Amino acid sequence: MKTAERQFTSISGVPIEPLYGPEALSGVDAAAPGDFPYTRGIHRDMYRGKLWTMRQFSGFATPEETNRRYHYLLAQGQTGLSVAFDLPTLMGYDADQAMAAGEVGKCGAPISSLEDMEILFRGIPLGDVTVSMTINSPASVLWAMYLAVAEQQGVDWARLSGTLQNDILKEYIAQKEYIFPPRPSMRLVTDTIEFAAQRVPRFNPISISGYHIREAGSTAVQELAFTLRDGMEYADWAMERGMAIDEFAPRLSFFFNAHSDFFEEIAKYRAARKIWATVMRDRYGAKSERSLKLRFHAQTAGCSLTWQQPYNNVVRTTLQAMAAVLGGAQSLHTNSLDEAYALPSEHAVTIALRTQQVLAYESGVAATPDPLGGSYFLEKLTLETERAANGYIRQIDEMGGMIAAIEAGFPQTEIADASYRYQREVEAQERTVVGVNRFQSEDQPIELLQIDEGSARHQERKLAALRARRDNQRVITALDALKRAAEGTENTMPYLVDAVRAYATLGEICDSLRGVFGTYQETTRL
Amino acid sequence: MQTPIRVLVAKPGLDGHDRGAKIIARALRDAGMEVIYTGLRQTPEMIVNAALQEDVQVIGLSILSGAHNAIVPRVLALLREHDMSDVKVILGGIVPDEDAEALKKQGVAAVFQPGASLDAIVQFIRTAVTV
Repeated sequence: MKTAERQFTSISGVPIEPLYGPEALSGVDAAAPGDFPYTRGIHRDMYRGKLWTMRQFSGFATPEETNRRYHYLLAQGQTGLSVAFDLPTLMGYDADQAMAAGEVGKCGAPISSLEDMEILFRGIPLGDVTVSMTINSPASVLWAMYLAVAEQQGVDWARLSGTLQNDILKEYIAQKEYIFPPRPSMRLVTDTIEFAAQRVPRFNPISISGYHIREAGSTAVQELAFTLRDGMEYADWAMERGMAIDEFAPRLSFFFNAHSDFFEEIAKYRAARKIWATVMRDRYGAKSERSLKLRFHAQTAGCSLTWQQPYNNVVRTTLQAMAAVLGGAQSLHTNSLDEAYALPSEHAVTIALRTQQVLAYESGVAATPDPLGGSYFLEKLTLETERAANGYIRQIDEMGGMIAAIEAGFPQTEIADASYRYQREVEAQERTVVGVNRFQSEDQPIELLQIDEGSARHQERKLAALRARRDNQRVITALDALKRAAEGTENTMPYLVDAVRAYATLGEICDSLRGVFGTYQETTRL
Repeated sequence: MQTPIRVLVAKPGLDGHDRGAKIIARALRDAGMEVIYTGLRQTPEMIVNAALQEDVQVIGLSILSGAHNAIVPRVLALLREHDMSDVKVILGGIVPDEDAEALKKQGVAAVFQPGASLDAIVQFIRTAVTV
């Protein structure tokens, strides 16, 4: 193709000009890092003060095997933990329930009871390590188990620090791991935000996530806009509960994708901080500086990994991770080269962690905050991203908020359209995916992590023993109390903590809540 | 004009990642086929019932969670029970080579792994149904 005919657009379809010059800087916010609106970063010294947390998302087979992997990762210099739960756990089923057949331990660690959670964190001091848990619909149940393990370890909840993903809105929008309808789900989320503010003040009760929106095929702007608008929906609910914005906003955290279009991603993170700070100050009247600062975790784009020529994925991940660091991420997960095939092998995850260490200690990108600030191109992209995201946010406001928009299928349809458009471009070779639609070559087989049905049998045996051993009357009493709380307006968290302490299982607890709240089925639009 | 090929696109198991299923459904529709998309979390029984009700010639299963060895053989067995073995079952998703071979031996018409082109899938269905 001749240059004159080629369309230069970002991976999200944003047109890129032939040249950017000084005129691109008009209207640019040049406030220093650490100053409102934090476009350039939330800290004056950024990574000079503290590097990002290296936090590899991890979980597979059984709690026992996952615990071994955690010890390995910490020994390799990882600085935080991030729990991947398997699909039955994400959907609120025990490993021995019929719906779990064939899925136990395949996509994460199966956690059906407090006993599994105890095993997961055996030998890991929860007062010293921060833990992130990727769990949404049943998030409050798993958090209750976590709090109970901390209690057993003698760690005061007030000292406990970590993050619960707990972002149900993006489940309806993108990842689709929902159980209950939107409103009772939002009530459960609000319960955790309130409980965190009162009892576990250093814990982030929610990580408002664009990652899955992007993985579902959205553009960068859609990822940004839908995520921030979700954040406002949570803020609205918490304020309706009677909390003041500065009581909970400092503990709202975010999670973004680090996709392949280098500058577009950096612009996205910068625009995110600016929009959020402005919204918190002007729309919600936040006074505390901590409420204004958007803190985020980033994960490199799983959907960009290719099955073909998997070693190329190391390069993709490196570039994506570098964008996240140049964009000022507070913590980072780097994908492993084999993740288009399976959960990562120990060998592959070690390379992924080393990638972060090379960025942190060899590349020099951590030496000064926002090193690309002032770039004509990046500043222009930041402004354009901000403007386009604000357009979507206004549109959703006009629809009556995010729940109304979800019920109308708006974000879902926008994402499906973007995803189809992208796939068509790849198909037409308007976009190159190295090794897939150009530069193909014979694949070298790689060694993969295998998870067999032995994990499911192991979990089933443990559950049967637990049900025989525990005080079943205490379980029934705790579940009854939980159901009454769920039917009323009390905060459900204390009842969940009581239920898990009695070793009520995840499935039993979620079945109780299903009885009260009902379940959700989406209307699918193609 | 020929009657359009009827395809059921189904998403079995607990996984909610429906990006691929939705893209395939749209691509088949754009290629002139009649597409019924089941939505999420369908059991093999629900899928085979839908295939029967909708009188489809092809069932496309999208599985990314690694549960294919538990789900696909069950779908094939139910099709045999209902005397519907002429319905072609194709599978897309994260399916390792050795599993793909084993499932084809059990009766799956084709397995499309990550990176497969939409065009190849459309062509395969056209050929498989005409024959």
